Amino acid sequence: MKAMREYVCWLYYQYLLITGIYVLEPWEKSIFNTVLFTVVAMVVYTSYVFVPIHVRLALEFFSGLAQGHPESTVALMS
Amino acid sequence: MTRNSTSKLLNGDTCHRTNPSKTPGANGFVMSHCLFQKPQKRYRRSAEKNHHVSNNQGLYNKPFVQSFEETPLLVAVLTYVGYGILTIFGYLRDFLRDWKFQKCHLAREREEQKDFVPLYQDFENFYTRNLYMRIRDNWNRPICSVPGAKMDLVERDTHDYNWSFEHTGRVLKDVINMGSYNYLGFAENSGACADAASECCMKYGVGVSSTRRETGNLDKHEELEKLVARFLGVESSMVFGMGFATNSMNIPALTGRGCLILSDELNHASLVLGARLSGSTIRVFKHNNMQSLEKLLRDAIAHGQPRTHRPWKKILIVVEGIYSMEGSIIRLPEVIALKKKYKAYLYLDEAHSIGALGPRGRGVVDFFGLDPTDVDIMMGTFTKSFGAAGGYIGGKKELIDYLCSHSHSAVYATSMSPPITQQIITSMKCIMGEDGTTLGQERLSQLSENTTYFRRKLHELGFIIYGNKDSPVVPLMLYMPAKIGAFGREMLKRNIGTVVVGFPATPIIESRARFCVSAAHTRKMLDTALNAISEVGDLLQLKYSRNNRPRSEDTDSYSYLESHQEH
Repeated sequence: MKAMREYVCWLYYQYLLITGIYVLEPWEKSIFNTVLFTVVAMVVYTSYVFVPIHVRLALEFFSGLAQGHPESTVALMS
Repeated sequence: MTRNSTSKLLNGDTCHRTNPSKTPGANGFVMSHCLFQKPQKRYRRSAEKNHHVSNNQGLYNKPFVQSFEETPLLVAVLTYVGYGILTIFGYLRDFLRDWKFQKCHLAREREEQKDFVPLYQDFENFYTRNLYMRIRDNWNRPICSVPGAKMDLVERDTHDYNWSFEHTGRVLKDVINMGSYNYLGFAENSGACADAASECCMKYGVGVSSTRRETGNLDKHEELEKLVARFLGVESSMVFGMGFATNSMNIPALTGRGCLILSDELNHASLVLGARLSGSTIRVFKHNNMQSLEKLLRDAIAHGQPRTHRPWKKILIVVEGIYSMEGSIIRLPEVIALKKKYKAYLYLDEAHSIGALGPRGRGVVDFFGLDPTDVDIMMGTFTKSFGAAGGYIGGKKELIDYLCSHSHSAVYATSMSPPITQQIITSMKCIMGEDGTTLGQERLSQLSENTTYFRRKLHELGFIIYGNKDSPVVPLMLYMPAKIGAFGREMLKRNIGTVVVGFPATPIIESRARFCVSAAHTRKMLDTALNAISEVGDLLQLKYSRNNRPRSEDTDSYSYLESHQEH
């Protein structure tokens, strides 16, 4: 358990070093982390809510095209 | 340049340039073409590699292995990302400072002066304000003992993020010193050098209170100049009180308008300053690249001065012995061959290489086994290997007599202090073996042993190291801006003092930590340092190298032939 915590701490340290946040003051670090966390949260939310629906619609559209042309597109639109 | 002659050369046919003193004109083949063609890119088969290397290897009496491993792409991208984020925060902080939300610690003009042309360049200091200041605690650390193999550092504390420092009163003792230019270990406060220097101080005092021209010319200076001339193998020499001033004040005395200076890309600031002050035309060739230098020479001689096409009054090639930021050694045999062919003059700045290279410690000329009279102007400093301060210029007697009256440094600058002069005399005699002991020779061999060991170990550990195998300056690549600060601090926590360098001394993504190996380091100290470096390397993920396979016997020769990585 301790090893797990150590490892996560080390990963956070790597993140600080790679993005360059390591040199900034604590309040600047918080701003950057907040902004990044918000953006990542929004990306996760969007992908969770919208991606399955869009994928399903796209698959239906293309499979409809492959089978027979006009009636399936009309069916989808209505 | 015909096909069959290239292939003749590549097939190891008569290697014309084994003896550099032979005139290249004796062989008609060489006269009609460039001395050094661009090496043909045939690296796949080792047979070809063999012959490609012997093309220029005829001038060298031992293998010249120099490598500058390429930056891994992912690391380069992440470094740019890091700099981008820091730039955004830099703009944010500047905005806050401008609109008075935050206290501004920098120099500002008074309110009344704001309508005039600004005194302080705000944008140029952007980098200094926003990155350098945040990691400033890695530089200017006060040392409170002699900077030998181990030193004592004053502990500093900061409450406002490095804008101001306070001394806590404690001292960090016995910090292993991997940053001082103490190549032969003469920076010590006991021993023959220190005793001789203090005796001299008792006799002559410390200050000279005059310039060389007036009443500042001591008999010690004359003695030193004769000794330096004997040490280097030249006719005569002259010493100055400051190494930087030697370069920047003497190059203007040697060249002027209508002369051409060909200087290496990575020359030191003193050489660049001297070249600019002289008013000559300056052309820059790629670092250690003989084809680039040759092309510039040919263009200069063929086309002459820019508009009038008159021939140049003189052409001066300015190079350094060891480049301290890269750890690379100049390809001196090739430069001398070029200089002789095109009748140019050579100015060699041996600041880091004098005393540190060569079997007898006489610098890069000794390292390659060449004749010192081939180099027209040999310049060097006493700061690095001799544990003193100051610079010298060595060459023919006419040159030195001319410089005596025409150089600004000789005429106006205060002459060298007597104890320092004595320190140089004693240490130089020690290196030459004239003090009756073998201490000099021991130190020289200890230095080269330490260098080889340290470089090999770092390479095996998997770090990217730049430079020549024999150079005691070892740059270790860090790349990312945050790692510059982190490396310096982590090493200090483990009681090792290092020097980290970033922009503008290096290209923006190639920041590095620079180690200077010294003869005063024992094997145990180097092992401690190496363990700490390895630990910090794992902690910070610095082991970027992709060729870090442990070397076995048969791969050793292959790596020597891997010249596609050298400059």
